[in-house]
Amino acid sequence: MTALGLGGLSQELRPRIKELRNSLSLIRENITAMMGLIMVLSIVIIALLAPVIAPPGLGDPMVIPKDFGDPQPPGAPGHLLGTGKWGSDMLYGLVWGARTSITIAVFVVFTAMIVGIMLGALSGYYGGKVDDIIMRLTDVFLSLPALILAMAIASILERTLINLMLALIIVWWPPYARLIRAQVLSVKENTYVEAARAIGASRNRILFKHIVPNSLSPIIVSVTMDMGAVVLVAAGLSYIGFGVETGYAEWGRMVSDGQQFFLSTVYYLGEPINPWWVVVFPGTMILLFTMGFSLLGDSLRDILDPRLRR
Amino acid sequence: MRLLNYIIRRLLLLIPVLLGVSIIVFTLTRITGNPAAAYINEKMSQSQIDQVFERYHFDEPIWTQFIYWLQGVIQGDWGWSRTASLPVTDAILKYFPATFELTILSIIIAVVIGILLGMSSAVRRNKPFDHVTRVVSLIGVSLPIFWLALILQFVFYYQLKWFPAGGRYDISFIISGVPRFTGFLLIDSLMVGNFNLFFNGIYHLILPAVTLSFGTIAIVTRIMRNSMLEVLNLDYIRTARAKGLSDRSVIWKHARKNAMIPTTTVIGLAFGGLLGGAVLTESIFYWPGLGRWSANSIRVLDSTSVIGFCLLVAFIYVIVNLAVDVMYAYLDPRVRLG
Repeated sequence: MTALGLGGLSQELRPRIKELRNSLSLIRENITAMMGLIMVLSIVIIALLAPVIAPPGLGDPMVIPKDFGDPQPPGAPGHLLGTGKWGSDMLYGLVWGARTSITIAVFVVFTAMIVGIMLGALSGYYGGKVDDIIMRLTDVFLSLPALILAMAIASILERTLINLMLALIIVWWPPYARLIRAQVLSVKENTYVEAARAIGASRNRILFKHIVPNSLSPIIVSVTMDMGAVVLVAAGLSYIGFGVETGYAEWGRMVSDGQQFFLSTVYYLGEPINPWWVVVFPGTMILLFTMGFSLLGDSLRDILDPRLRR
Repeated sequence: MRLLNYIIRRLLLLIPVLLGVSIIVFTLTRITGNPAAAYINEKMSQSQIDQVFERYHFDEPIWTQFIYWLQGVIQGDWGWSRTASLPVTDAILKYFPATFELTILSIIIAVVIGILLGMSSAVRRNKPFDHVTRVVSLIGVSLPIFWLALILQFVFYYQLKWFPAGGRYDISFIISGVPRFTGFLLIDSLMVGNFNLFFNGIYHLILPAVTLSFGTIAIVTRIMRNSMLEVLNLDYIRTARAKGLSDRSVIWKHARKNAMIPTTTVIGLAFGGLLGGAVLTESIFYWPGLGRWSANSIRVLDSTSVIGFCLLVAFIYVIVNLAVDVMYAYLDPRVRLG
């Protein structure tokens, strides 16, 4: 019984696996896609290996260990990439910050996507009043720039990472709802949907088994691009003081913590130096993270669109 | 006539959107704990506190409160901004000109540079120039704007000393007196004929405006490149070339105009990003505008100000996008308004 079930499953999956293989080989041929993929994978690996690269102390691993001194330059003993505010280790912050960013990106984008898919699918499939209500709701949300709406929401919430992500989810779902609705509207006209209806499949089954899975492909590009974009907005919010406290391993926060030293001089071994690294390093990480996903998403758009192939 | 009808219809459609925004905003003001807290301090007597409650209807059901609040908003009572020590509406009037000057200059920079880069990139498709432009515009959309601001400040103020670190004009001008009629520094300084102040104002504008425009340049370049590529493949361009027009004339006169149409839509959307970016840019360059005011309000948990700012931004954003749609129809006669 089980074997038969699995056989049926693999039967169903076979064309999808073939398609996936095909797409993967196209990614391999595409230079920009590969560059993006390498950037993204490097950051993921850094995040996974964080406890190895920068072993945490006894306390919360997300809080950067510090020795309460002035910033020290890269190469200072025990600090490969130097130190920042309160003598917090840069390398540690950058490495564990990768975990924070990936958490934010995955959590916000996937939750927003699921909410968007649900509402967009209902809106497109049922039409009428449901459609009107959901679409007017997205209109309202889309009439405020994302950063500013997130600011307003975050301004009334307690400053924690979870609340920061919550504020971002609230502003992030409407474009997905729009996208899925448009897809559902066109997919539901297909003959196979009519066939499903003819054999008496329930409305929910038709919607979530037949229509939604076939409406998802344009979302892949959006999801990839948004992974980077959401980290960019999160860093901005965290820079103006939402989200996490000083000393937390989050790149936007690290830039804002380092800012006070950036246009000044500190003394290291009796020599005056400008601590450029306190701002340059975390900012570069944000740039690489966002750019990796933009490169990847941009190339995926071409790869996944069969009309643009070959 | 049709245009007028369209504008009226769109303006009417604004009502539900703005009503929705105000419901969200109102809900935000009421879940911040006690909304009365902003109006009460420890020096007040019980009767004064009662007066506050009566004036703002805090003891009535939530939907009655909403009606009163909405009435207040429509009549211009947006609450008290602790950060500015002014009513929110006065604070907006005070800070608006600085932000307006900054965003307008940024849009001009972004549109001019973006269109030029996009055109040149499309004409030199798949040549080194095109590749460099694409990479630069990709960096443009991936750059954290607050970080770019800090880096530019570091390079052009701290290292090279070419530009000031921030502010709207040199402090020395405060002694000789800064005119304040409209609040727009560039206009006011010209009104009194103070050219030194005018140029000083522009000098201070450059660095923040460049920072703010960077992301928009990237977006405009991208769209312009794509639509230029599309237009260059059309028949009428072939006709223009066939009748012996120079490359220059074909690209600048025939292709550019039509390729610019899709760009206008993006500018409307990018405006939202610009307003968000202004919050970050203004805080770094000590720019006394709406963005800096709202960022400061966030720091001191002055949600009345933050929410007032949001309401204003929603309004501006919606109006700008309406203007863009109307412009679109004007630029492209094929678009039917309806």
